[in-house]
Parts: sequence; structure tokens; C-alpha cells
Amino acid sequence: MNVTIVDYQSGNISSVINSFTEVAKGKVNLAVTSDVNKIKSSDKIVLPGQGSFKSCVDSLNSINGLVDTLKEFAITNKKPLLGICVGLQMFADIGYEEEETKGLGWISGKVSKIDNQKGKFKLPHIGWNEIEIQKVSKIFKDIKNKSHMYFVHSYEFIPEDKSVISATTDYSSKIVCSVEKDNLFGTQFHPEKSDKIGLKIIDNFLKL
Amino acid sequence: MLKNRIIPCLDVKNGRVVKGINFVELKDAGDPVEQAKIYSDGGADEICFLDITASNENRDTIIDIVRKTAKECFVPLTVGGGVRTIQNITDLLLAGADKVSINTAAVKDVSFVKEASKKFGSQCIVVAIDAKKVSDNKWEVFTHGGRNKTGIDAVEFAKQVETIGAGEILLTSMDRDGTKSGYDVELLKVITDKTNIPVIASGGVGTLDHLYDGIVKGGASAVLAASIFHYGEYKIKEAKEYLNSKNVSVRL
Repeated sequence: MNVTIVDYQSGNISSVINSFTEVAKGKVNLAVTSDVNKIKSSDKIVLPGQGSFKSCVDSLNSINGLVDTLKEFAITNKKPLLGICVGLQMFADIGYEEEETKGLGWISGKVSKIDNQKGKFKLPHIGWNEIEIQKVSKIFKDIKNKSHMYFVHSYEFIPEDKSVISATTDYSSKIVCSVEKDNLFGTQFHPEKSDKIGLKIIDNFLKL
Repeated sequence: MLKNRIIPCLDVKNGRVVKGINFVELKDAGDPVEQAKIYSDGGADEICFLDITASNENRDTIIDIVRKTAKECFVPLTVGGGVRTIQNITDLLLAGADKVSINTAAVKDVSFVKEASKKFGSQCIVVAIDAKKVSDNKWEVFTHGGRNKTGIDAVEFAKQVETIGAGEILLTSMDRDGTKSGYDVELLKVITDKTNIPVIASGGVGTLDHLYDGIVKGGASAVLAASIFHYGEYKIKEAKEYLNSKNVSVRL
């Protein structure tokens, strides 16, 4: 199996590479690239994302043909894609970080700043929080409800269709922290930094 | 709910772990990669490396340690010490650090924090503030491991770095560091009250009660300690179980 981590020169993806390399050992061919031909011939795609929604979208758009290739892969050909953090947020139609920015529009919804309730909740939401599983998701195989995952973010994805939500976490409100829609998977938390339980999620994705 | 983090800190000099008593009289105590792995397996919520060599000639040593650690530890890794340029940050992040902590360079030129946070995202920019009490309810920022006075008010500085893009503050009391007499809870309380970003408490932990005080009385989101874990007085797990028994929520 060929799995590609999309390297679109936005933020730090070393941890994503390290954890996938660890889990993929001897089982999966892992590539880290933005080469559209490599992406086309992959079986699975990982779309990481760090920094702001706007900077990630801008970086994706700056690579010729990348957005179209990803769309063809995930939407037309319906092959498995996992978005992590801002990688998940970009599934939305629109994001409001820095300025109003158009997302990929794969799952209808918006990305807005977490309501900190007048400073009652510190932002970014940094650290380990429990996930509350909302529906059966293939990447949660053998993952217990209320498992701890590592989060670092100030913005949240609010999908229109609530049936895509596979897990939420409690911080100021019930924040969407995982989605599954057909072949599209996304986590707001960082499985690559969530210890053994996070590696298990990666393993589940690789085994799909 | 969000859990309070326990962060063991490894002070690294020339590739080896040390822990200073008030930043002098360093004791050598081991290989940083191995230590980090022990902490991560033991339930550390995050690992912090502080490179106290921090001279330009030795940058490669810490980068090599980070690279090796990041391949074995799958919890967040924060690295500080001698982070002065955008290139320093790039090198550390590429080696596998998740966050970098900026100290002296932030005090010298606060716009460096802004630049770094714009380039890499505030999620990976921690500003380390070393503060010393100068009078009642007044603390001043110090640099160079507590040697240099800056005349900058610690509370004002904390508010300023929040505004320009720091994702977290690592707050060390220079009065308490290495003393094992507990965090400066007053200092913590005033800074956690006046800022809206997470604050990591540092400097002075000698008992598990000190961790409790940092979180409950000081309002810290995370507590950092070095020697109590490093010399095996307490295991991370013991610290977490103790806090849990006192109704402080931690990841068990």
C-alpha cells in the first residue's frame, strides 16, 4: 500500500512523519511529497495542517494542481483521506482565522474561533482532553470512549450536517474533534502526538 | 474536560542531562534520549528539553538529541535554550520538536515572537519568562539564567507576548528555581489572572504538594519539574495519582 503525507510547505509536519513512519514500519510505503502524480497513484492520503487556516489554504493553493488532485482523489475517486488539525478544518466551506478564507468545501460548514466565554477558557486549547465518541468510526476501532488525545488549537470546525461528527470534546462547549464522511476522516486532535492511543488511530487508518 | 499537564524537564548540557541547583553546580545524570523515553512511557504529558549549553557551536548536539527523541516519543516535545533566530526554530521543528521556547531573544526584541508566531503558528511558540521578585507584588524579567536584570515588569511582559502571538508562557521563578521550596504561587496567580493563554509553572518543585499548589492556587495549566522526577524521588505516575486523589484532573 502507498500512503502519501502531503507536504505543502505549511507548518511543522515532522511529528506526523515520525509517527506514521513508526506505525507503517515494514507494512506500508510512505511518501512525503506535494508531487501531484505521486498523490494520484497513492492509496491513501494524509493531509496535515499547522498554523492558521488562511496560511494552510494559501499554501495548498500555491502548488499548481494540488487542490484539484486532492479533490479528485477524495471526492471523485472516494479514496481514504485523513485530515489532521487544520487539515481537517480545511474540509469546511469557509474559515475565519486571520480573515474570511474559502476552504476546500468537502464537508459543508465553517471554522470559527472557540468561544472562550470572556476569558474563562484559555486559548489555545492546549493539552490532553477526553474524546466523546458520537458514532462508530473506522479509525476508532479498539479506541475506548473518553480516551485522551492531545489538542492544540483555537478554532473549531462546525459542520452543518451533524451526522458527520464521530467525536466531540468538552472545552467551553462540545467541540467537534473528529469527523467521518464516507472516505473522509478528520481529527482536530493530533493522533501523532497522542501517545500509544494516537498511534492506534493511525494504525486503524493505515489498515482501512 | 481538559487535563492539567505534568511536564518533566530535562536540562541538557553538551548532550548530557544535568540539573543545576540555582543554575550552578551541575550534576551529570544521563542520556537525554533514554530519559525522555522513560518519561514518555511513564505517562508524561509532554517532554521539555532545555539546552543550557546554548552556544551557537553546540546547536547540532541538541538538534541531534531532538531528532532521536522524536523518533521514539510520541508526546509533545518542547525545546528551549539558545533559540535566537528563525533558522534556529526551523532546525528544531524539522528535527521533530513540536514547540520551541524563546527566552532571551524575546526579551531583547519582542517582535521576534511576533515574527516566529506568524511564520510557524502560535501553537508552537512558547515564551519562557524568568522572573524575580523585586518588591511586594512586583516581579522583574531576568535573562541569561537569572544573571541579567532587564528592568522589565514580568506581568506587563506576559501580557505583551500574549498580544503578539505567544501560544503559551513558561513562567520560572528565579527565586525558587533549584530551591525545592515550591513555585512562587503569588507570581503564578497574578500572571494566570492577567493573561488568557496557558501558563506552565516552573521553578522550585520539591514535593507533590507543590504541583498541586501550582495548578490549584496558582492557576497554571501545566506544571513543569526537573529534579523531583529526574533523581527518581517521584515517578510521573505517582505525581498524577496524587493529584487525582486531590481532585485535580490529570490524564491517567
